[in-house]
Amino acid sequence: MEFTIPLLILAIPLFMFLLLGLAGMKMSHKLAGVLGCLGMGTVLVLSYYTAFTYYFSGNPEFISAEGVRLQSVIFNVDWLAFTPNLVIRLGFLLDPISAMMLIVIPTISFMVHLYSMGYMKGEKGFQRYYAFLSLFSFSMLGLVVATNIFQMYIFWELVGASSYLLIGFFYTLPSAVSASKKAFIVTRFADLGFLVGILILSFYTQTFDFITMTSQPGAVFASTAGATFMGCSVLTWAMVLIFMGGMGKSAMMPLHIWLPDAMEGPTPVSALIHAATMVVAGVYLVARMFPVYLQVPTSLDIVLVVGAITALYAAIVACAQIDIKRVLAFSTISQIAFMMVSLGVARPEIHECLGYMASMFHLFTHAMFKALLFLGAGALIHAVHSNNYTAMGGLRKYMPITHITFLIGCLAIAGIPPFAGFFSKDEILSAVYAYSPFWGVWMTAVAGLTAFYMFRLYYLIFWWNNPDYHHRPHDGEMAMSLPLIILATISVVAGFIPFGKFVTWRGHEYIIEMNWVVASVSVIVAVVAILIARALYIRENDMPKRMADSCRWLWTAANRRFYWDEIYLFITHKIIFNGICRPIAWFDRHIIDGTMDGFAYITNQASYAIRNFQSGKIQQYVLAYLIGALLLAIVTVCCVL
Amino acid sequence: MFSNILIYFVLIPLIMLAGLALCQNIKQIRAVAVTGSLALCGLSVYLLLEYLGLRAAGDEAPMLFTGSWSWFSPLNINLAVGVDGISVAMLILSSVILLTGSFASWKIDPLPKEFFLWLVLLSTGVFGFFISIDLFTMFMFYEVALIPMYLLIGVWGSGKKNYSAMKLTLMLMGGSAFLMLGLIGIYYHGGETWNLLEIANNSSIDPAWQNTLFCLTFVGFGVLGAMFPFHTWSPDGHASAPTAVSMLHAGVLMKLGGYGCFRVAIYLMPQAANELAWIFLILTGISVVYGAFSACVQTDLKYINAYSSVSHCGLVLFAILMLNTTAMTGAIMQMLSHGLMTALFFALIGMIYGRTHTRDIRLMGGLMKIMPFLAVCYVIAGMASLGLPGLSGFVAEMTIFVGSFEHTDMFHRVFTILACCSIVITAVYILRVVGKLLFGPVYDEHHLSLTDATWWERTSTITLIICVAAIGCFPNFFANLIKFTFSPSIFAVIGMN
Repeated sequence: MEFTIPLLILAIPLFMFLLLGLAGMKMSHKLAGVLGCLGMGTVLVLSYYTAFTYYFSGNPEFISAEGVRLQSVIFNVDWLAFTPNLVIRLGFLLDPISAMMLIVIPTISFMVHLYSMGYMKGEKGFQRYYAFLSLFSFSMLGLVVATNIFQMYIFWELVGASSYLLIGFFYTLPSAVSASKKAFIVTRFADLGFLVGILILSFYTQTFDFITMTSQPGAVFASTAGATFMGCSVLTWAMVLIFMGGMGKSAMMPLHIWLPDAMEGPTPVSALIHAATMVVAGVYLVARMFPVYLQVPTSLDIVLVVGAITALYAAIVACAQIDIKRVLAFSTISQIAFMMVSLGVARPEIHECLGYMASMFHLFTHAMFKALLFLGAGALIHAVHSNNYTAMGGLRKYMPITHITFLIGCLAIAGIPPFAGFFSKDEILSAVYAYSPFWGVWMTAVAGLTAFYMFRLYYLIFWWNNPDYHHRPHDGEMAMSLPLIILATISVVAGFIPFGKFVTWRGHEYIIEMNWVVASVSVIVAVVAILIARALYIRENDMPKRMADSCRWLWTAANRRFYWDEIYLFITHKIIFNGICRPIAWFDRHIIDGTMDGFAYITNQASYAIRNFQSGKIQQYVLAYLIGALLLAIVTVCCVL
Repeated sequence: MFSNILIYFVLIPLIMLAGLALCQNIKQIRAVAVTGSLALCGLSVYLLLEYLGLRAAGDEAPMLFTGSWSWFSPLNINLAVGVDGISVAMLILSSVILLTGSFASWKIDPLPKEFFLWLVLLSTGVFGFFISIDLFTMFMFYEVALIPMYLLIGVWGSGKKNYSAMKLTLMLMGGSAFLMLGLIGIYYHGGETWNLLEIANNSSIDPAWQNTLFCLTFVGFGVLGAMFPFHTWSPDGHASAPTAVSMLHAGVLMKLGGYGCFRVAIYLMPQAANELAWIFLILTGISVVYGAFSACVQTDLKYINAYSSVSHCGLVLFAILMLNTTAMTGAIMQMLSHGLMTALFFALIGMIYGRTHTRDIRLMGGLMKIMPFLAVCYVIAGMASLGLPGLSGFVAEMTIFVGSFEHTDMFHRVFTILACCSIVITAVYILRVVGKLLFGPVYDEHHLSLTDATWWERTSTITLIICVAAIGCFPNFFANLIKFTFSPSIFAVIGMN
């Protein structure tokens, strides 16, 4: 494949960022928005073209004669050479998963660009907003097509920065500022792990290159030559540390705390960055390095356990939130954890790494329906000017388009056939059951909770009561409704994509067989959960309140997210800030600097002390002379004698 | 003598001094300062091209453009010049910072003429230092660069300026005392010559003396490189210094320390470096983390950046002590990167201080709304400092970390990972300042009437940002420029891989 089109996919958003960032202030809002949309639209077309070429062209670059999909490097240029072996290159890698991401990212990004034309209309800094969106799209695309782990790290940092800028978009709001700061610092901390992991891995393998590492994972393992550290092999450490980076970006416990706060950003941004694309970077990273992870199953077990605990935790918390964006945020955490679990249980002997495929499938469908839900939430917030469901109710009558599309999103995430979420979630559950029935039951329970909290949200927003609205709420304008309709359509049909044909572990085609037992169990669980939610929330009653009162501590704990924020505040403020930074600063000023001042003081005092030797009084000099002469005489006499 | 291009790096500032002495009014002073520093910029770029040309043509001598003129023959003192990739990089850095510093002191008051005279004298010392390969002349230029600092801070400074000026000068002089002892020792034990290349080629310094001399020179230069525990001149000194002086001092003068440590301490005494590096690794490792932690609780913008400099310059010395090509390349890149980005920081702080008349972050807020240009530049400087890819900090730090990780023993590993931690702490203090100072609601109603940057301020900051972004986007160019330096003859001397 020619390198022009792939290069343009990266270059156009970067150019748009520079253009809108430097010249945006001189443009009208409309022009900036249209330019942004046009740029992203072009990228959409080009990346669809690239992805379809990859999947369907049958080009021997992309698919071997036996029908195995290949990894193909379109271009790869040296950027920084540390040593002859360790070179950071910037390149473009096409393989099943990056081609899939080339569909996901531009689709969601374009929808968000379009939607924001309506949602952000009249906001101060509209041009800046589009500039940051372009920067984000550039970084995210660069991340998924990375040919080596250091390129991924570079773009990993860049998506972090654009996320920081977009969360803090309303920079006059203190809450937005602190949320953006928190997001950056928490993910930075995770990136420290990622960086050390890269350092360890590249030290032993002497390469950053993905293809080199993943095509001969055995060689990677061999290169560590059995080195161990604290009872674990060095490779396990490296992979776990790299996973730590993924935990930060993908908001896995205990590094999840930034994501709910990130909802301070504009809602379309939450849809793009904090639901569909950036937060799945961690999953993508593990998938990218998957063959190496397979070499050290311990690390995959860690992925599984972290994912499973996070999934349950986030689902419970989501049941007790009032802010609809927070519910969606925790739901995102929980769904990403599903993908992690799925990767954690993927083994070649279990249906040819079904978990790997399921995880990618869920990533795809989740991106669509979660973006849909967020954009729907944006329309609701736009209409009632509040983030809390307490300000909503009975909205089905006022906002039909939002209602129907939101319902489709809820059905999809709950896993009701034939919506997209059903298929991907079913695959995940099959994979988990095949690996371990214990985690299978666990994840089925989480799936049930998912259906419950989503429909709790749905009923509370669209049914429940019928408050008096000051302004009659209504659906957003066309620019906002169109993306909702498109995404809803995708959420309905995406499940029927024969995913095994396109994305599998080693590029072989794999026919997914529906596991009817697992499927029917999960559907029954979901339907029961929905019915419970319906019974509780379809019209205003005090049952939910009484239930909450009956186990108040649990409700409060879940509502306060099990106090993770308080724990972090304690660690950062009490321990790090007051316990480390302040003492160090004090030590510096009083001990180190005090010592230096002390030298000066001693010198001063010494000169004061001897100052009187030079008093200028002739009598003193004569006295001193006489005493000296006398002493000298005595000494001389003593010596002579 | 005048056919050697390097001489002009000292001549131009001297001509500038003469020109400044004749100036009648502020306009002429500005004209001289800007023309002179532009000429220096042009000269350094020309030197870069010439240098690359010679290297491409296959010239593998450790130093190019060498020349030597006898100065005081009884003691073999010469004016000997010569440059390698590192010096070229440092010369470019110095000229850029002198140029932007001149723009940043456009409205210096009072006594503009005297201010620029001292500033240019200081730069004469800096340029002289970077082109010298004769230890004595090098030391002389070093002193020429230090002394004007006392007056520049004492007269044009702010706050506790007398105390700070005295402290800074005395501490750096203390460092020079160690250094002088070390250099005299090198002279007598290195075959009675001051010439760096000759000493290195003879590698004749008695191993028994190497350890002592290494410590003396490393500490001597380390004081200027803000090595823990000799860094305390930095916070007070920077806080009191006027803008351009802070820029030159943090941007260039602190680099003299790192450069000297490499050029003298390690280059001339490789065995001692190998043996004793661990002591200084501990100290610089502490610097890196300690400076960053201290910066987290400061409330004065300049103190924050001074401590941040302790941390970043600590990383320079840390990397030099790793004694391998990758880490040292990283160290030089970090010197460039830190020089540019700290200069940018101090320029911006000066501009903000000039408007709000306070540097206390608790008394400011929401400046993004009031002075968007300066605020955006501050964010960019902050991003460079916390190592955002695409800006200079990232490439330098990554090169250092990858290089440091080449050591396999536990000691180096632990300290490398400790140094890596600084990327998180840096993010904490940078974002703390950015969040408090630029974002949020406007803290003081009086600030609402303030204006954004003027054209000379824009020139100064944009130039620096372009340089920072250039290193960040095309790091291989700079890495190669520096790597030439570690040519086989130097490896042989240092005995490193």
